[in-house]
Amino acid sequence: MSEEKNQRKLVTVAEAGAPIGSGSSNPKQGERMTGAQAVVASLEAEGVDLIFGYPGGHAIHIYDALFDSKTIRHVLSRHEQGAVHEADGYARASGKVGVALVTSGPGATNTVTGIATAYMDSIPLVVITGQVPLAMIGTDSFQESDIFGITIPIVKHSFLVKSASDIARSIREAFHIAKTGRPGPVLVDIPSDVARQETVFEYADQVNIASYKPTYRGNAKQVKAAAALIGKARRPVLFVGGGTISSGASCLVEDLSERLRIPIATSLMGLGAIPASNPLNVGLVGMHGSKYANMTLNRSDLIIACGARFSDRVTGKISSFAPDAKLIHIDIDPAEIDKVRMADIPIVGDLRNVLGQLLDQFDADAQVPDTEEWLSDIELWRERYPMYDKRLDENTDYIVPEEAMRLLSEMLDQDSSIVATDVGQHQMWAAQFIKRTKPRSFISSGGLGTMGFGLPAAIGASFACPDKTVVCVAGDGSLQMNAQEMATATINEIPVKVVVVDNSALGMVRQWQKLFLNQRYSATELHDVPDFVKLADAYSWEAERVESPEEVPAAYERMLASTGPYLIDLRIPRDQSVFPIVAPGKALSEAVGAIDLDEGVVRIVDQPEADEEGGKAL
Amino acid sequence: MKHVLSVLVENKSGVLSRVVALIARRGFNIDSLSVGPTEDPTRSRITIIVDAEKVAYDQITKQLNKLVCVYKIQDLTNDAYIERELVLFKVNAPAERRSEVIEIANLFRASVVDVGASSLTIEATGSENKLKGMEELLESYGIKEITRTGKIAISRNSKEA
Ligand SMILES: Cc1ncc(C[n+]2csc(CCOP(=O)(O)OP(=O)(O)O)c2C)c(N)n1
Repeated sequence: MSEEKNQRKLVTVAEAGAPIGSGSSNPKQGERMTGAQAVVASLEAEGVDLIFGYPGGHAIHIYDALFDSKTIRHVLSRHEQGAVHEADGYARASGKVGVALVTSGPGATNTVTGIATAYMDSIPLVVITGQVPLAMIGTDSFQESDIFGITIPIVKHSFLVKSASDIARSIREAFHIAKTGRPGPVLVDIPSDVARQETVFEYADQVNIASYKPTYRGNAKQVKAAAALIGKARRPVLFVGGGTISSGASCLVEDLSERLRIPIATSLMGLGAIPASNPLNVGLVGMHGSKYANMTLNRSDLIIACGARFSDRVTGKISSFAPDAKLIHIDIDPAEIDKVRMADIPIVGDLRNVLGQLLDQFDADAQVPDTEEWLSDIELWRERYPMYDKRLDENTDYIVPEEAMRLLSEMLDQDSSIVATDVGQHQMWAAQFIKRTKPRSFISSGGLGTMGFGLPAAIGASFACPDKTVVCVAGDGSLQMNAQEMATATINEIPVKVVVVDNSALGMVRQWQKLFLNQRYSATELHDVPDFVKLADAYSWEAERVESPEEVPAAYERMLASTGPYLIDLRIPRDQSVFPIVAPGKALSEAVGAIDLDEGVVRIVDQPEADEEGGKAL
Repeated sequence: MKHVLSVLVENKSGVLSRVVALIARRGFNIDSLSVGPTEDPTRSRITIIVDAEKVAYDQITKQLNKLVCVYKIQDLTNDAYIERELVLFKVNAPAERRSEVIEIANLFRASVVDVGASSLTIEATGSENKLKGMEELLESYGIKEITRTGKIAISRNSKEA
């Protein structure tokens, strides 16, 4: 922690964008080689030691060159989507750029969901696709797809490399662009004849793209104005998003929070940035956030947004979101400012720099807010509206998902574990109940909500952090979307643990049907197929099925003690709901299913626009 | 409100797709668009005219600025700027009315670039108002076909990129 905290030093784009490898002093500098060899030499110079991929005709030369690399390990995924999610999970867990390599046509189109997932969550990836030879582009030749065109809306940038002499520069720029500014996926499309051309390999350390100059340092006047506004606030809140994690600013947020006694709320993408145990952290806000966290955000008079983009899943109905709050919006992406919510004080810059600059103001003489009354209100809400109460499910003989997640949380070592999720109810239960302490220890597809993300992302994370226990909380629907990646784990001895929260249904969609569509359960039943234990067994995993609550602790113990990949098929009843839920389009203050202990141990329905006083029992 | 944007971009394949795709995806209709190389052959200038309210407009320019291929965006709308468009009109002009049509063309300093048995093709450049006026006059003869380049614009004060 102290590393970040004590080093309030300015981060520059040159620093952030430099290769982590040998760069221009790589041993192959100046050698004549083929384009394919230049691709591999570039990745080596960049410091890449692991890539995920899948070969094919138009990537075959790059694969051939890869065969000679002594420093790059290639992991053969079982589907290109899996490869990209694995690279993504690797990037999220490590903070490095994830790399995927695939062939043209169907190989390339199979990466689309993976690229879109990374784009929505601002994850740095470089995706290299083989392409048909230059002269055949546009002729509908075998396995041609215009992946450059297809991915335009979902990449941060892309390159179609037309000459082997452009390969090194394109790849250097791809890495620089992927990891600087607001991170994101970059595509490099390489025609197979370009991979065969000869070139002299020259790798640069720095890039200079006249049209790409992200702002790293916050405007001093804005910072000063922000400090003044904070000093006058009575009900301020730090709203932490994924940007806090990608910029590595967690400790600075905590520092500011502790010094000024300002509570912290986090989006799904911000989970892990601040320890759940920090008493000033109210945790998850939004559609499935706790009532007390949502009240904190919604009733604040000043939101200090730290790398958060006010997704509709956070704000609910935007016109009634945090009506009294002013906004200090800190983001490295100027396009996020005023996109959803007008900022009173926008500050564009790297969060680490800006928070450092802000702290400097308070080190000097800036006024500090008085928040004690606000904090005690929040504590009362936290006690009155708990996320869950055991007594709700007393005497049940089935596995209660909230309890199952809470138990898993307790059994994981916070410092040496990573939790990845799929998408659906299980994702939300995991987000609500699995406590995280460290940045990069909670990995979930927030923006795109990609079912099938969890397992490959967990595998990627496990590659990044071999010393950590990586657990994927999966849905029975989601897992089937990339179950083939179980083979990737087996073959590479990646000991991921999968807990399938198995309700034999597309639970989240079914929950909406139950609550908002008159229980008309159209197409949301999955039945008990496949038998996940047998499926895991087919991939040489250890696996077991758990059906009653008392078996859960021992099953978790066995799973966590095992040295290889392990799957638990955790059977839960089909019709459990995630609460609280703010119906889509409704205001954050209109949640359904929060617990109000003043009314007893019951879930309540908030009345539209009503205060905390007026809930009716569900 | 109508905005005249002058967008300086990399002169490379795919760049126009990126710019147009971005504008289309955010739900804006492009009134007019033209593109061509600049004094620097590695750069092109795209002139885009869009109709958008302030918040939407701000978002679109910010998003455009984010594209790695975009060097600079100038909104010429509130500056003094010169706007031109080139239009080709193919107008009905039977022999007996031909001279009238030619007279109109001359009036607008346009030129006749092709003559057929019963029609004339006129090339005209100018501002929106001038071209509109000309089009209205020609309509009474019957316009068979119109094709236009889209508007290009340049600022009057030499605030060059
Ligand atoms: C690729 C994809 N297709 C469809 C959806 C829509 N969707 C969101 S949640 C959900 C159900 C997920 O079911 P499951 O994985 O079993 O998780 P559960 O909600 O039951 O926990 C669906 C279909 C999606 N998010 N992603």
